[in-house]
Amino acid sequence: MKKSYIFGLVVIAAAIAMIISTAGDASSYVTFKKAQDMALNGDNTKIHVVGELKKDATGEVVGIEKSNDKLSFYFTMIDENGQEQKVFYNEPMPADFLRSEQVVVIGSFNQKLFVADKILMKCPSKYQETTVE
Amino acid sequence: MIHATIGDIGHLFVIISFVTALISIINFFFSEREKNGLKKEQWLKNGTATYIVHGFSVFGIVGILFYIIYNHYFEYFYAWNHSSTTLPVQYIISSFWEGQEGSFLLWLFWNTLLGFIILKTNKKWTASVMTIFSIVQAFLASMILGVVIGDIKIGSSPFILLRDAMDAPVFQLNPDYVPEDGTGLNPLLQNYWMVIHPPTLFLGYATTLIPFAYVIAGLWKKDYKSWVRPALPWAIFSAAILGLGILMGGYWAYETLTFGGYWNWDPVENASFVPWLILVAAIHTMITFKKNSTALKASIILCMSVFLMVLYATFLVRSGVLGESSVHSFTDLGLSGQLLIYFLSFLIISIALAIVRWKEVPSTQKEVETYSREFWIFMGATVLCLAAFQIIIPTSIPVYNALIEAFGGISNIAPPADQVEFYTKWQTWFAVAIAILSGTGQFFWWNKMEKNKIKQALLLPIVISLAITALIITLMRVTNISYIIVILAGTYTVVANFKILLSVIKGNYKLSGGAIAHIGLGMVLLGILFSSGYSNVISLNKSGLIFSKAEDAPEGFNQENLALFINDPQTMNEYTLTYKGRYYEIRGGEGFVKASYLNDTKDPNKKVVNQTIKKEESTLEKGDSLHVFGENTYYRIDYVKENGKKFSLFPRAQINPNMGLIASPDIKRDLLKDLYTHVSSVPDPSQEVEWSDPQEMEVTFEEKFFLNDYVAVLEAVNRVDEVDGLTLQQGDLAVQAIIKIYGKAETYTLKPYYLIRENKAARIPAENTELGIKLNVQSINPEQNSFTLQVRTTQKDYIIMKAIEKPMINLLWIGTLVLMFGFGMAIYRRYSEFYKMRNKGME
Repeated sequence: MKKSYIFGLVVIAAAIAMIISTAGDASSYVTFKKAQDMALNGDNTKIHVVGELKKDATGEVVGIEKSNDKLSFYFTMIDENGQEQKVFYNEPMPADFLRSEQVVVIGSFNQKLFVADKILMKCPSKYQETTVE
Repeated sequence: MIHATIGDIGHLFVIISFVTALISIINFFFSEREKNGLKKEQWLKNGTATYIVHGFSVFGIVGILFYIIYNHYFEYFYAWNHSSTTLPVQYIISSFWEGQEGSFLLWLFWNTLLGFIILKTNKKWTASVMTIFSIVQAFLASMILGVVIGDIKIGSSPFILLRDAMDAPVFQLNPDYVPEDGTGLNPLLQNYWMVIHPPTLFLGYATTLIPFAYVIAGLWKKDYKSWVRPALPWAIFSAAILGLGILMGGYWAYETLTFGGYWNWDPVENASFVPWLILVAAIHTMITFKKNSTALKASIILCMSVFLMVLYATFLVRSGVLGESSVHSFTDLGLSGQLLIYFLSFLIISIALAIVRWKEVPSTQKEVETYSREFWIFMGATVLCLAAFQIIIPTSIPVYNALIEAFGGISNIAPPADQVEFYTKWQTWFAVAIAILSGTGQFFWWNKMEKNKIKQALLLPIVISLAITALIITLMRVTNISYIIVILAGTYTVVANFKILLSVIKGNYKLSGGAIAHIGLGMVLLGILFSSGYSNVISLNKSGLIFSKAEDAPEGFNQENLALFINDPQTMNEYTLTYKGRYYEIRGGEGFVKASYLNDTKDPNKKVVNQTIKKEESTLEKGDSLHVFGENTYYRIDYVKENGKKFSLFPRAQINPNMGLIASPDIKRDLLKDLYTHVSSVPDPSQEVEWSDPQEMEVTFEEKFFLNDYVAVLEAVNRVDEVDGLTLQQGDLAVQAIIKIYGKAETYTLKPYYLIRENKAARIPAENTELGIKLNVQSINPEQNSFTLQVRTTQKDYIIMKAIEKPMINLLWIGTLVLMFGFGMAIYRRYSEFYKMRNKGME
């Protein structure tokens, strides 16, 4: 066999390995129920959950508990299926957190608590102005 | 008043630039096709003329848009949305390209200039290359065309009026309403790097068109070989500029954002890095081709891929497909269809042309020898391409979701949860491979290598690299095996190329660009390893006791942040830190002034000094007015090192009504490491302060008492004739109490008023938010010769901050400069080759 064929095969093998690795390390968007089932089955991969913060009738965000030293906090999130879940985040509360329209948490369940490693927020008019005052 | 005319002229220029680009395509195309010399010349003349008109209309668009922003014509949406009256001039420039339209315009602008250079410097290639240029210009101009036909919107014009862009009630009342001020520039972009990073990056993107245009022209003309010579200097130039642009972006992120580094493997960053990797691979195959006619097909594919990847990146970043997976996401202007057509058109043209001509492209059948220079270069190019492939596959995950959903499927793939870890896992080894190949490949490049000679040539660099590596890992206490391998590979590249440099420079110094660039690469690699691999959070709080009411508090969390209360020193590693309060920065680089020494005026950028402030060089007197950057609050943190060294850092935060807390770090730069500090959270000034229930206390003169744990003394109670600037009415009686509070770092004075009018008492409280004290004189008790104070307290001023050490980061920045210098030398050399050949009439 010519060397260039071997070389070609090696390159193709490497490319396939990368695709498999991507598929293996890719996370997924799931609901809290699915995430909890995964955790119960011993699957601790980090997943994405999309949802909103819990609000009361007047539109105030409820369920926020800051730690005494303000270095971490809990919040209550409602996923796309309407399921409520308490989430812990080990960072100070981001200042625009309460204003966010949509929250994506990346993390996994620890017992009954969802521990977020990262929070992505979609805020209204973050880059776009919506009206003139 | 609405300045409608200027926008109309601007829009007219947009339309002219689009139409002339179309006409230029036709002219240049027929010039290339025409066999008759005279007619060919005529078509070319016409094409040149229309392209020049096109170019000047692009300059016209740029000029008018800048004029609108500079003169604060807020009746225009673009000016209103991206600028404001208080913006300094340099940031007015950056507001120009904050929006999508402006950045397309920037791209158009660079392409126009590059087209002029091509027209000026080429002979044989002019018509064909300019045809491709004109096609690209037509596509780009269509992005800012702003024409609506039925339901189809073509492009988004930067000259749209606010009243047409916004559906606000105010315009129904008064269509000629012009807002007083714009909404300003995103505070994160108010940084000098944002003035030069986007133009540099876009010049990089724009220049990738040149090698692409030459390849397409070569295939079209069936001139399969000679396109390489003119394309090569441009490819190197493009790699230098694009690389510089990417690094500037990284440096901006390091200085401005708070994720703690310069690279986050964000999709938008990846999308700019992938074309660069392929471009570098392309340069290497092109150089090989010039030396001995191999790797032509690879050069063709790679030069095409670079530009196509730039278009793909444009699609990714600007179509909105990335959604929430990127922090950079642009506003979706509804141009995704147009962007997709742009990308697909060039993809199809390239693939079709390549397939049609492929058989005719000459290639060597000779097997590549393991000990030949081609083998090593080819390996290097392959590794670069694999690295690019590994990045683009996961970066495109949102595209797969969109594709599957477009065909009615459901897809819920998300990007890897920890992107940095995921990419690092792969890219570390690509970097090692590239370092080893570029060290060894250079030896093969400059010397004809026989099997037996290799050992001899490589022995010295390997021994030196091993020795240096041993020294580094001992000094830096490196124990991680993969880090040791990276250090060895990086050191080897530097040492091997240094040896090459020494021998090349003796012969002809003009040829040393490659060796210098590779030394830079090795330094960059080592700089990245140390600054990222040994990035060290030193504000770690391992004290435990995180929660008091912990029912289900997770365990084992280390807090990476530290809370600092004002004037209350805390130890952190080898430092003692004290938060000293909020500061404003004086305009004109005159340092910082404590916010509590200044009074507000109506203008947020103008403050009045309320007490004498001694500074190092000058003294500010009470009543002086100061111009400050009112939007930015700086939080002064004094550091004292164990060895007694002192310094202050001023991390910044803006409290933006739309975006919340926007923090930027301050960095203490030392030769061997940076200390990076930013605030993570501060009390929100827009939130009302929660005061405690009032407590009453009876005090007499000179008696010490405690206020919120601070010692305080009632110094005096004076009768006054005016209260806060208001003159009293007849029969009023007013007194002012003077209460001194001894803080840890300074003494504060609070001056509450007590006023009697028509037998009724009024009280004007005094407060100090730093100390968290608010008090008023509740009553005066003449019999006891005492006063009753009513005191409320709240939390003292505090910040929550994070500090990170970044060792050896300077190696990365210096390495970048070395790399750029190497690129520069290579550009000069390759361009003079083309220049000589052209003047001989060969090109």
